[in-house]
Amino acid sequence: MGLPRRLLIVTPYLWLLILFLVPFGIVLKISLSDAALAIPPYAPQVRVADGWTAIVDFISQLDFENYVFLTEDDLYWKAYLSSLRIAVVSTILCLLVGYPIAYGMANAPEAWRPSLLMLVILPFWTSFLIRVYAWMGVLGKEGFLNQFLAWTGLIAEPLTLLNTNIAVYIGIVYTYFTFMVLPIYANLERLDGSLLEAAEDLGCSRLSAFWLVTVPLSKHGIIAGCLLVFIPVLGEFVIPELLGGSGTLMIGKILWEEFFSNRDWPVAGAVAIVLLLILIVPIILFQRNEQRRREAGQ
Amino acid sequence: MRRFTWFNTVALTLGFAFLYLPMIILVVYSFNTSRLVTVWSGFSFRWYFELARNEAFLDAAWVTLRVAFVSSIIATVLGTMAAYILVRGGRFFGRTLFSGMIFAPLVMPEVITGLSLLLLFISIGMERGVFTVILAHTTFSMCFVSVVVSSRLATFDRAIEEAALDLGCTPLDAFKSVTLPIISPAVISGWLLAFTLSLDDLVIASFATGPSATTLPIKIFSSVRLGVDPQINALSTILIALVTIGVIIASLVTKRGIVRQRREERMALLT
Repeated sequence: MGLPRRLLIVTPYLWLLILFLVPFGIVLKISLSDAALAIPPYAPQVRVADGWTAIVDFISQLDFENYVFLTEDDLYWKAYLSSLRIAVVSTILCLLVGYPIAYGMANAPEAWRPSLLMLVILPFWTSFLIRVYAWMGVLGKEGFLNQFLAWTGLIAEPLTLLNTNIAVYIGIVYTYFTFMVLPIYANLERLDGSLLEAAEDLGCSRLSAFWLVTVPLSKHGIIAGCLLVFIPVLGEFVIPELLGGSGTLMIGKILWEEFFSNRDWPVAGAVAIVLLLILIVPIILFQRNEQRRREAGQ
Repeated sequence: MRRFTWFNTVALTLGFAFLYLPMIILVVYSFNTSRLVTVWSGFSFRWYFELARNEAFLDAAWVTLRVAFVSSIIATVLGTMAAYILVRGGRFFGRTLFSGMIFAPLVMPEVITGLSLLLLFISIGMERGVFTVILAHTTFSMCFVSVVVSSRLATFDRAIEEAALDLGCTPLDAFKSVTLPIISPAVISGWLLAFTLSLDDLVIASFATGPSATTLPIKIFSSVRLGVDPQINALSTILIALVTIGVIIASLVTKRGIVRQRREERMALLT
């Protein structure tokens, strides 16, 4: 193995070790420490220079107090449950909105497809924050939607939409459904049309051919899309903060407040570690599914 | 031959209406005279002029551009290296860990990545500012670059590279004169992705930055938190216009590249 090859491997490897893996170790360590009125605001601190006894002493002071605290205070487990619920419901909503669009794109005339694909991706390139902000103007008390509904005469009183969970769902579906459309589209586009014809020749109705052929064959795309929505939504912060209200409990928001407002870093660390533990299973599922998708594509 | 059926047409029309209407409304109200974003009272460029005089926004925009430029370039180099060793590197010690570390930041909730980076910067006593935001952005966008580049690397014919090596190229020469030209469209789109991810990021930057450096998303977020503001509409409109122009140019360039590539391949077959 030559020196250039070694350098090629070591540079990105070290970068990720130092800036991705080591930080998680630090989060874990701090989550086992106690909050303290100091800078940085946690104890104990360890100085490796003080030798082995200092390290042993330091380890003996670590405990799971913050994790116990998470189970004792209602706020945290309620926030985890409510994040899970919001993530599951919005994944389903994204699938319901995204699948027909992906299906429509994949079945459009070939000449149209690149343009349709670009139309789906274009908003994805514009700022996430702006896309969320756009809904603040639409959903507000005097927002566009209320004005429109009042103009059509459907409602007499303006609806309260902004700062509710409904607004959070709308915001999540709006900003994340691209992640659902793209993998499903990639799957459906490759789908062999003759399989559907065969199903119909064998007496399937179009609808049952869809359920028996199209849906199973786009399985990997559906799984990838669902996980691509579910995983980041679980830790979402911006959308509940801007569109949600005081009743919207999400763990990303709790973590942010714990860190920036309460300055309780050990608890923030424990919140992050538990969130990570919840996410390990879906992340591994996602990676396996991606591998299968790649194998199927080749 | 696939055609538009009524179902597809309805699905696509509703889908695109949902996708574009909120943005169109946002753009329209940026030209409103009134401070009330929701009441139309006449056309004007008032908010654009106010925005142009707003030092805080201009400073933040400048910080953001600098961060995006530097971090996207480092991320492209590191991400391309990572993609190359993942696809072509064979076995090496800790390969599974490496591919895991490339993969995890793609789906990791931003609050966790942000928090962990901040705690790293604090524990090694690094002063937070533009530099730490660049480090943070490079770290997560290199993973996106690596995914884009490795999918291109995995699909092209390795025999061309091997031919160059057989004909006496050093591995570095072969990379420069054969591999790089072939993967360059993917490298460019990876760079573009890294650049926009950096421009766009709020959460990780909020954790990684200090009082000395405020990026545009942080500035927008702190003002939007208080409610709708026509200056933000004007700013959003400018950003949407820039992105639209950028994406259209990029797609035209790649289209031309594909046409040229096909022509060259045909020529190669004929000669």
